[in-house]
Amino acid sequence: MSDHTLPYTAAAVGSPSHTPKQQGRIAAIADAWLPRLVLSPTIILSLVFVYGFIAVTAWLSLTNSRMLPNYEISGFNQYVELFALDRWWVAAANLGIFGGLFILFCLAIGLVMAILLDQKIRAEGALRAIYLYPMALSFIVTGAAWKWILNPGLGLEKMMHDWGFANFHFDWLVNSDFSIYTVVIAGVWQSSGFVMALFLAGLRGIDDSIIKAAMVDGASLPTIYRRIVIPALRPVFFSVLLVLAHIAIKSFDLVMALTAGGPGTSSDLPAIFMYQFSFSRGQLGLGAASAMMMLATVLAVLVPMMYLETKGARNGR
Amino acid sequence: MAADSTSNSIYNEGSKLTAGRVIIYTLLVLCALYYLAPLYVMLSTSVKTLDEIRSGNLLSLPMSPTGAAWGKAWSSACTGVDCNGLAPFFWNSIKMAVPAVLISTLIGSLNGYVLAHWRFRGSEILFTALMVGCFIPFQVVILPMARLLGMAGMANTTPGLVFVHVVYGIAFTTLFFRNYYVTVPEELVKAARIDGAGFFMTYRKIIFPLSLPIFMVCFIWQFTQIWNDFLFGVVFGGSDAKPVTVALNNLVNTSTGVTEYNVNMAAAIIAALPTLVVYLLAGKYFVRGLTAGAVKG
Repeated sequence: MSDHTLPYTAAAVGSPSHTPKQQGRIAAIADAWLPRLVLSPTIILSLVFVYGFIAVTAWLSLTNSRMLPNYEISGFNQYVELFALDRWWVAAANLGIFGGLFILFCLAIGLVMAILLDQKIRAEGALRAIYLYPMALSFIVTGAAWKWILNPGLGLEKMMHDWGFANFHFDWLVNSDFSIYTVVIAGVWQSSGFVMALFLAGLRGIDDSIIKAAMVDGASLPTIYRRIVIPALRPVFFSVLLVLAHIAIKSFDLVMALTAGGPGTSSDLPAIFMYQFSFSRGQLGLGAASAMMMLATVLAVLVPMMYLETKGARNGR
Repeated sequence: MAADSTSNSIYNEGSKLTAGRVIIYTLLVLCALYYLAPLYVMLSTSVKTLDEIRSGNLLSLPMSPTGAAWGKAWSSACTGVDCNGLAPFFWNSIKMAVPAVLISTLIGSLNGYVLAHWRFRGSEILFTALMVGCFIPFQVVILPMARLLGMAGMANTTPGLVFVHVVYGIAFTTLFFRNYYVTVPEELVKAARIDGAGFFMTYRKIIFPLSLPIFMVCFIWQFTQIWNDFLFGVVFGGSDAKPVTVALNNLVNTSTGVTEYNVNMAAAIIAALPTLVVYLLAGKYFVRGLTAGAVKG
């Protein structure tokens, strides 16, 4: 990139001190083209590696590729096969369970903590830092930690027994009916502090005078929150939902570290399905089809939300 | 009645200790314990012996702290087939993250500068198109990328991983810088241009000196993302360029022999240490990065 731009830089830098007209013209031309030149590598990269690669994956999903890619289109076989696989539906249903609960709990915990923290709290900075630090961790680390804590027999269960709750039983991690919920537990722990930070920033951005006016009118604090503050947080809700949905759909590392999709395939998610079929089972076509379904899910969430958000902003004015 | 309450803000006065405030503080402290407990469990487990782990419980204090598990996690624990601990993979992660962060941030800065102050016809559309890169699930580009890296001879190498992280990091860094640079007054840039400063001169004299905060945000955001990445690492890292997250996962999910929880926890902390240190030292920028990344576009 810099190879192309160097001569132009020299011209641009050289021009101001001694300025015959010609040099001025060169500088003007340089200034017209340099911005495009600087941006062009990025544009080419994203054309190829984002749009081009999506197209290639879409193409692959229409072929019979197994271990090696084969570029002969053979129709929608892979999608038919995908939809006939129980394991895919387990993964999809798990995404629904995990995504729904993860978003719900993160929103609820994050909002409540933000409201509590917004009450002129003494050690606010320290508390905020404590709530937020899990976000600095890799999902793999979070998964490893919770795998140990939720370990039936040694972890939480043993601690409760030590404390005298002899009947306490908690084996979700190895129970195929509940394993996906352990992913929710770890995921919420990791991300809810971040939601709190976003809501807190939103709360701080609300105009005090509206709230003061409501107080003058005799509104109680809960009413003010319900009627004024929370509606004013609407744009924050959008951002938070967007980010959380995005985290949920591409969730891969957390499950890999915590349950590796098991027991059996009970905590499978589409991201894990895609990885295993593409790289361990040599079913590239099927992997590509599942990746396209993931993209479709992201778009299904993203497009209406973007639309609502821009529409909402316009109506708000 | 109205007159009485005007002196109060929406919030109760900080000094008054009412029942309500006791409840608020109790809840906040309980929340803090919830977030801290796993960290405590990780730390205390990592300095216990296996016997102590079996006889005690999650929250019991380590009676005779030992660094043995840490030593093993660092230099001799088995991550899959090889038993050299996490150390080689930790260095892999450093070799991958540092260049990837620097390159993607520099490109992002220049891109952001163009998109904020040198707009041309179509640049807004390009910006929007670029932002799609922030949203796509990476599974949708992994297969062609694996093929391409293989053909380029960059599969399973650190430069290959750096390349992947730069390519998919640019969208974010561009977004950060663009959103920051639009807040730089246009008059400043215009004045520089009237004085005859060209494209790069304006960047160097006006924009760059104002950029320290956003560079910090970007460095931290990118470092956290790249260090914590697992998907690219496991797909493109092969056996030689594996980052520490992949090694940690292999260690934790090794099913042979006795599970050494103390070693696992020490390894988890080692893998988390760089980003935790960054968070402690530059938490302010970390939060700004998170929030800037969340309010996309």
